[in-house]
Amino acid sequence: MTGGTTGATVPAARTPALVPGALAGPRPRPPGPLAASAAFGWRGLLKIRHVPEQLFDVIAIPVVFTLMFTYLFGGALAGSTHRYLQFILPGTLVMAVLLVSMYAGIGLNTDASTGLCDRFRSLPIWRLAPITGALLGDIARYLLAGGLVVALGVAIGFRPAGGVPGVLAGIGLLLAFASSLSWAWTALGLSLRTPQAVMSAGTVVLFPLTLASNVFVAPQTMPGWLQAFVTANPVSHLVTAERGLMNGHPATGQIALVLAASAVLVAVFAPVTARLYGRQR
Amino acid sequence: MPRTPLAVEASGLVKRFGTTLALDGVDLAIAPGTVCGLLGPNGAGKTTTVRILATLLVPDGGTARVLGHEVTAEASSVRRRVALAGQAATVDDDLTGRENLVLLGRLAGLRWKAARARAAELLAAFALEESAARQVKTYSGGMRRRLDLAASLVVRADLYFLDEPTTGLDPASRAQVHDIIRFIVAGGATVLLTTQYLEEADHLAGRLAVIDHGRVIAEGTPGELKASAGAGTLRIRLARPAQRPQAEEMLAQLLSAPVGASADPRMLTAKVPAGPPGQPASERVTAALAGLTGAGIAIGEFALGQPSLDEVFLALTGHAGTIIQTPTETLS
Repeated sequence: MTGGTTGATVPAARTPALVPGALAGPRPRPPGPLAASAAFGWRGLLKIRHVPEQLFDVIAIPVVFTLMFTYLFGGALAGSTHRYLQFILPGTLVMAVLLVSMYAGIGLNTDASTGLCDRFRSLPIWRLAPITGALLGDIARYLLAGGLVVALGVAIGFRPAGGVPGVLAGIGLLLAFASSLSWAWTALGLSLRTPQAVMSAGTVVLFPLTLASNVFVAPQTMPGWLQAFVTANPVSHLVTAERGLMNGHPATGQIALVLAASAVLVAVFAPVTARLYGRQR
Repeated sequence: MPRTPLAVEASGLVKRFGTTLALDGVDLAIAPGTVCGLLGPNGAGKTTTVRILATLLVPDGGTARVLGHEVTAEASSVRRRVALAGQAATVDDDLTGRENLVLLGRLAGLRWKAARARAAELLAAFALEESAARQVKTYSGGMRRRLDLAASLVVRADLYFLDEPTTGLDPASRAQVHDIIRFIVAGGATVLLTTQYLEEADHLAGRLAVIDHGRVIAEGTPGELKASAGAGTLRIRLARPAQRPQAEEMLAQLLSAPVGASADPRMLTAKVPAGPPGQPASERVTAALAGLTGAGIAIGEFALGQPSLDEVFLALTGHAGTIIQTPTETLS
């Protein structure tokens, strides 16, 4: 067919306002993996602003637990509520950030189910940029959630011996673990059908891991089988490492263990996520 | 057009989903700078074809080249030159209209300043300025589709895939979307448009490919396809039901076509066959109507309708597609 035929069948646009100049110019060079991830990270930040309930829904639980356990059981468990608060807060901080990390899977599942993924996949960008970018944006989410829990703790008497550097180091380690765990959520998010299913599955995994741990009490008084689970639970090691850092006695062994667990999570779930994301739907 | 590669050149595309054969050997050729309408009922394979050509799916068989690049081996070269507007509007509901466009500008490689300027330009052009700062989830269907199309225009593409861009829109929004599509084509790009509406394809596309059960069953200009289904349907509403048997008999003779009587005792419908060249259907219909009036049959009103996609389908496949109405041209 010639251009003349097309001209005959398609009348010129009736709306001159629709002629934006940039269409005439050449297409710019597509962004590299870093720039594309940064753009998606910006999208993540915008989501915190537009959908703040995704943050506050999940951190309500650790906040309530902090208050309830401290004031109800704190005196009985540790002799005084003040002493118990020093024990529980690094634990509920871990709980808060891990619960927030679940949204990595929920967000990705939502993108995949709305066709937004199709648009992203049709762009000339690094394929995994939407995911790595979202995980970058999530760091802001973790900082907000963590900051809120720490601020609450300080307000009611949390005085870690490690001081500000200790708390910052603790948050840094927690961010590393949560970001690594996010790859498990993204893999889950791409395997399940609906965002609700991802939420339920995530909860089913996270609650036993955070509750059956040393977040609330030391495992010594638990029955043997539970003790075995709690000691093997990576969340317990994370909480111990957090307590060490915040109290100024870094437990190098636990920190190394947490970093190793993070590396394993990424090594296993990042390729799974990449494969699932590239999969044809 | 020698030397210029075809915008789309697909042959024998096969795609299976589990046991379902979605595409059963699709062949398609689209010349650059034209609009091709891919027409078919739901589930015919339109979206699957588009997704393969847009590098979102890998075919199980056959080959496809887009703008000269092989879709699987050279997917990234294809992605640099195409734009996709999906069937489900592919914008982020949580973000505002402006933020969506700035994000896509950044992803297209524009700098922040340029991305913001481009977003403002598109929002103005698509009459979305007032809602630019609102989350997309508050938009109407028409606004969302306009934003979706604007998002495809952030940077220039040589080939646009528009997958049912007007499905579910009211007539006013549909007309706006048609204007946008005309604008895209006026810029010299190629458009592959999928639609369920024959009327839409007729207005916008120079050539049509009709797809059914994963195969292209007919290809040609809208006129050629409609001719295959006859010239259209004549509907007559008689003033007096008592005259219907006589009118039915006469009309069948005058048009040399079968005449149907519907449940309405005053209605008659006849499929007008495609006549010899130089004798348009309207002429034969006018003659037939004059014949009826001459015999003293009082005609209340009549209309000659274009063949609907349904009728085209029926003629091409022997089975009905989806129920789609095309507006009839009322003559009296």
